[in-house]
Order: sequence, then structure tokens, then C-alpha cells
Amino acid sequence: MLNIENLHVSVGDKPILKGINLQVKPGEIHAIMGPNGSGKSTLSHVLSGKSGYTVTQGQVTYEGKDLTEMAPEIRAREGVFLAFQYPVEIPGVSNIYLLKAALNSIRKHQGLPEVDAMDFLTLIKEKVRLLEMDERFLYRAVNEGFSGGEKKRNEILQMAVLEPKLCILDETDSGLDIDALKVVAEGVNSIRLPERSFVMITHYQRLLDYIKPDFVHVLAHGQIVKSGGPELALELEEKGYSWVENKQAA
Amino acid sequence: MSASAKEIEQLIGKEYKQGFVTELETDTFPPGLNEEVIHKLWKIKNEPEFMLEYRLKAFRHWQTMKSPEWAFVKFDPIDYQAVSYYSAPKRKEDGPKSLDEVDPQILEAYKKLGIPLDEQERLAGVAVDAVFDSVSVATTFKSKLKEAGVIFCPISEALREYPDLVQQYLGSVVPTGDNFFAALNSAVFTDGSFVYIPKGVRCPMELSTYFRINAANTGQFERTLIIADEGSYVSYLEGCTAPMRDENQLHAAVVELIALDNAEIKYSTVQNWYPGDKEGKGGIYNFVTKRADCRGENSKVSWTQVETGSAITWKYPSCVLTGNNSIGEFYSVALTNNYQQADTGTKMIHIGKNTRSTIISKGISAGRAQNTYRGLIKVLKGAENARNYTQCDSLLVGDKCGAHTFPYVEVKQPSAQVEHEATTSKISEDQLFFCQQRGLSAEDAVSMIVNGFCKEVFKELPMEFAVEAQALLGLSLEGSVG
Ligand SMILES: Nc1ncnc2c1ncn2[C@@H]1O[C@H](COP(=O)(O)OP(=O)(O)OP(=O)(O)O)[C@@H](O)[C@H]1O
Ligand SMILES: [Mg+2]
Repeated sequence: MLNIENLHVSVGDKPILKGINLQVKPGEIHAIMGPNGSGKSTLSHVLSGKSGYTVTQGQVTYEGKDLTEMAPEIRAREGVFLAFQYPVEIPGVSNIYLLKAALNSIRKHQGLPEVDAMDFLTLIKEKVRLLEMDERFLYRAVNEGFSGGEKKRNEILQMAVLEPKLCILDETDSGLDIDALKVVAEGVNSIRLPERSFVMITHYQRLLDYIKPDFVHVLAHGQIVKSGGPELALELEEKGYSWVENKQAA
Repeated sequence: MSASAKEIEQLIGKEYKQGFVTELETDTFPPGLNEEVIHKLWKIKNEPEFMLEYRLKAFRHWQTMKSPEWAFVKFDPIDYQAVSYYSAPKRKEDGPKSLDEVDPQILEAYKKLGIPLDEQERLAGVAVDAVFDSVSVATTFKSKLKEAGVIFCPISEALREYPDLVQQYLGSVVPTGDNFFAALNSAVFTDGSFVYIPKGVRCPMELSTYFRINAANTGQFERTLIIADEGSYVSYLEGCTAPMRDENQLHAAVVELIALDNAEIKYSTVQNWYPGDKEGKGGIYNFVTKRADCRGENSKVSWTQVETGSAITWKYPSCVLTGNNSIGEFYSVALTNNYQQADTGTKMIHIGKNTRSTIISKGISAGRAQNTYRGLIKVLKGAENARNYTQCDSLLVGDKCGAHTFPYVEVKQPSAQVEHEATTSKISEDQLFFCQQRGLSAEDAVSMIVNGFCKEVFKELPMEFAVEAQALLGLSLEGSVG
């Protein structure tokens, strides 16, 4: 599904990603961990097409196509979804309006008719229940005045409605209280499908207790310095990052 | 990659869809302005005696005045002698009696603008007065309105048919010497709409006037007078378009509204005059004086405007709250793009007791445009318990445009409450990227955010026109993503 080969990315003249290799197959869950500033969000932004990053080397293919050549909205319509680490507020635009517009643009891309208002309402209410959200959030402006945790939950709501193929979650667990974490994790688990893949960026083992990853990678200084199974996360929790970082240096 | 600042700029490249010209035979005065021209105008319009005096007085006053310079707009001095003050499609003596007599080319032009004048095709419940250059060419549903006692006709016709009524109110809100452009208008106005709603009548349909400038090198000097007698109600809408021409054209209108005891007037404008091209060439100079007198107790006037066109907009629809407990409202969306300049706002003059005013202004600047809100709240000594609430929001699209806010407050009555809130925000790259990541194009994202920003004002527009206004904003922000 996703194939990243020797990816080098700079912001201005500053190299940030320095040779990332990662393969994600359909249905797999990959966790990416790593110290602050190591380049995790940068990777998520490059995959989703945010401007301001230059790919200096390497390539990224998604379903056999060169991802870096695609406009961000095309990537989204083709099934790449990013749950942002810092979701933005859009005053004046209601959540439900945004979701409907987004869903319809994706459906249009897929050659499907627009959803009619009633079907949409049924669909969205089901997802709202799944994530144990208050329906009133639908009618509030996108993220405006939402608490940190509510914003994160709202990202997952969008993911559940838009049904992407590749879900990138950038620290969705940060800022969630213990109960919310459980609800969000269950939400993610409930939309798991054999062909739907997840890349979850996180700092905490806790999330991985709920959503069991197939692989865990450690990103440090713009490179993946170690990969392993779920047990790697436990080891990191115990020993900290210096353990892998030093190993790399050695 | 997603929209960077530069691409945001390209997003707002706009295409003007009403820019066509209709080829017609016209009666047009040669350019120039003097007392003789005014005489000729008065004569050709077959007006009552008092109008000649009225016009000449205004003209003489105008000659002593100077074009105002305080507004935040820049333009080369206008040569008023190079403008033609009358242009009308050639027609029979008294003007067409029915639509069958209107030049089919004109009907076609209105059809193209989405304003079919045929009563069958027209939105049910909306009567239209169509003003083409200097004259009104058709007014629909006139007879149906007459049944209700409502007078809705071109002002030139009103001057002939109801001279006393017009004389009683004309210039009573905006005196001939009020300001430079109002004086000019009073001297040379050619047509516009006249509305009279009798006592206790709720006007059975929306009234609207559609202004179209077609001829080159002519000014349009429209005059509208609306009188809502005691306990009556009317909702009125005006729309405006013009062809794309390289020269600037002048539109200097005066609108006077009078609301008597317990009367209510809702006046909505969707202004889409040609704004000029991307380099700022051409476009309409829109210098307008709009003022309402809430003369009666418990009277109410709301102005709602969506201003997307014109090279320059200079316009302050105002309310003089004379009657006790009267209410003035101003809801405005002004969008400027490319090199457009808008200096717009309102004045609320509180004279009566317990008078209230509300101002919601939404300014959107894109490209290299300058958008200014200028508002005056004046509370006179006798206006006990006057209240005003002003909210003034600016939205910037890109980083070469400007937004300015000049709120003036003069309060002479200590019990008055005046509140002002202002915000300035920018459509950020992060917001656009977020929307794109959800599958929307950057264009759709900008238009969605702008529409969201204007929601509070759109909800004040009559249903049919809210949809039109939204579409217009979308259109104004249409362009290509690099
Ligand atoms: N636009 C930019 N200009 C300059 N430096 C940048 C820019 N964007 C990212 N960086 C730098 O790149 C590095 C990686 O940032 P990134 O946000 O990807 O880290 P992260 O791994 O997500 O960290 P965290 O765990 O704190 O979220 C940081 O040193 C950051 O300062
Ligand atoms: Mg990060």
C-alpha cells in the first residue's frame, strides 16, 4: 500500500528526514515512536502533502503511484487521511458542513453520487455514537473552542466518516484522558478492516495496549533507528530513547 | 503541494460573468454638465415644475463643493464634463406600456443576467423594476401591487403621477446639499424606484430593482425613495451589474427611506458592479448615499448589503433614529479583491428615546484590495437609554491586502450604552491544508471559510437572495490553484 524508500526531506536548507524506509501493507498497523523533534510530524505532513517541505532524495509510492506528485486533496480523495497533532479551528464553518462537503468531494472522485441529507445524517449520527460524542458538536464550528481532547476525538470522527484506506494518526492519544483514550481506541479498532492500514505516531505505550501494532519503529534524528514488534514499545517505555539512539551511534 | 501564500493569491482571481454589452440604439446626451443640460434633462423627463428648481438648486450647490478626500480610497480626479448625463434605449414617447413593447434586446439582456422580466417566469412573489442606464424599462406585477394600494414604479413616473407625494418626501432625508455626490445626484438623477406602502399594509411581495449600466461613458444617477406609512411593512432588494469596460464609470446614487410610526423597511442590496480587471483597470466608481429616517415611533429599518463589485465603493447606509423606540440595523458583507477599494460602513444617529441600533460588518480582503469599515454612532442629548452594538470583523485572504476599521463614537447622553467589538483574522495556510487533507480543493475551502465568516449577514437576506449572494461570493473567489 505505502512504500517509502530512502526518503530525504528538507525544510529550507535544513535536512529533517534523512533516509526513511518504511513499508506498510494493507491491514497492517505500524506504530512510530521517537523523541521530540525527531521528524515524526514532518513525515506525516510529507505523506499528506503539506507545502513547505522539499523531497531531496528517495521516493514514496502509494498503491503503486508516486504520492509526492499528487495534490493534497487528491491524496485525501484517494484514501490518505491524517489525524493532525494540532487540529486547526475554522470559525463559522460547522463540523457537519465540513464533513458533508469532504465526504461528497471524496465520493465524487470515486464516481459516486452525493450522499443525500437523510442518509448522511444517519451515517454521521452512528459515528458520533461510536465515539461517544455529544451530537451538538456536529453543529459547532470546526474545533472552535473545543478542548484539546475534544479536538482529537473530532479528528477520529472525521476519519470514521470519510473511511480512508491509509490512516495516519499523529499523537492522537496525547491530550486524551484515560476514558477518552479507551473510547478513541475502540473507535479505531471498530473501523479496522483487512485492507485498511494505520500509521500511529505516539509517545506512549498505553495506546498500544488498546490498539495492538504489528510493527513498532523508532524514529530519531530523521531516521528509523530500530524496528520491531509490539515488545519494542515496552522496552522503550522501560529504557527510554537514549538506549536506541546510543545503539545507533555505537 | 498545498496552497502556499502565493497560491492563495491565485485562488481569488475572479471572473466577471455579467460583463457583456447589449447593442442598442440610444438617445444619449453629449458629455458635459451645465444648467442647460439640467434643463434638457428636466424636459425630456417631462417632470413637474418644482423639479427644475430642485435640480438647479442642487447643481448650484454642487458647484461650490469639493469631492470628499477623507475616505480610504485612491483614484484620479473625475472629469465631470467628460461624462454623459443621460442615456436611454430609444423608444416611443411615453415608454412601453407593457412588456410586449420593451425592446426584445433589453429583455434578452435581463434574461442573461438571470432576471427574467416576464411575470410568468419570474420568481413568484418578487416584483422587479428594471433600470437600464438612465431609465426604468419595465416594472413587473404593478397591477397586483396596486390592488394592495402599494405604489411601485419608476421615480420618473411617480413624479408625473404622484407629484405631491414625491415632493413631500424627496430630499427630506438626504438634502440636496448633503454631500458632494448627493448634490450631484439631486441635480442630474434620471431614474430609480419609488415605493409607497399605505397605512397598515404589509406589502404582499418582495420588491426589487435591478440596475444595469450598459452604455459607455455615461454615469448612472439613480434615485430611490421608499415611504412606509404607519404600521406598514416592505422588503426591498436591489441588484446591480455592468459590462466590462476599460474606463471607469460613475454610479452616484441616492436612496432615501422613510418609516413612519410602527412601520418597518427591510432594504437589501446585492451589489456586483464590474470591479475592474486583475490589474485594476476599469470598473465602476460606486459613490452612494443611502439614508433612512426612522421618523415614527417604534419604526424599524434594516440595511443588509452584500458588496462584491465596483472598483471603488463609498457607501454608508445610515439610520436616523428620530422616533422613540425606533430601531436601526446594518448587516454588511464587503468583499474586495485584486485592486478593489471599499470604504463602507454606516451611521446610526440616535435622536429619540430608547432607540436601538445593531451593526454587523464583515469585510473580506483578497489580492491587493483595501477594505475599510467606517462607522459613526452618534447619540444626541435627548436619546435617553439609547443602545448600540457594533461587531466588525475582517478577514484577510493572502498577505498583500489590507483591512482598516474606523469606528467613531459621539455620545451626548450619559445613559447610552455603546458596545464595539472588532476582530481581524486571516485564512491561514494551516486551515487550507486541513480542508485539503479532508478532500476539498483549496478553492472550495476558501469559499467555505468565507461563507462561514459571512453567515450572520446572509441569514438576514431574503431566502432567494441569500442563495444568490452565496453563489456570488463563491464566484468572486473562483480561480485556479497553481
Ligand atoms: N517549518 C519548519 N522550519 C524549521 N524547522 C522545522 C520546520 N518544521 C519542522 N522543523 C524542525 O524539524 C524537526 C522535526 O519536527 P517534527 O515536528 O517533525 O518533530 P516530531 O517528531 O513530530 O516532534 P514531537 O514529538 O515534538 O511532535 C524539529 O527540529 C523542527 O523544529
Ligand atoms: Mg509531532
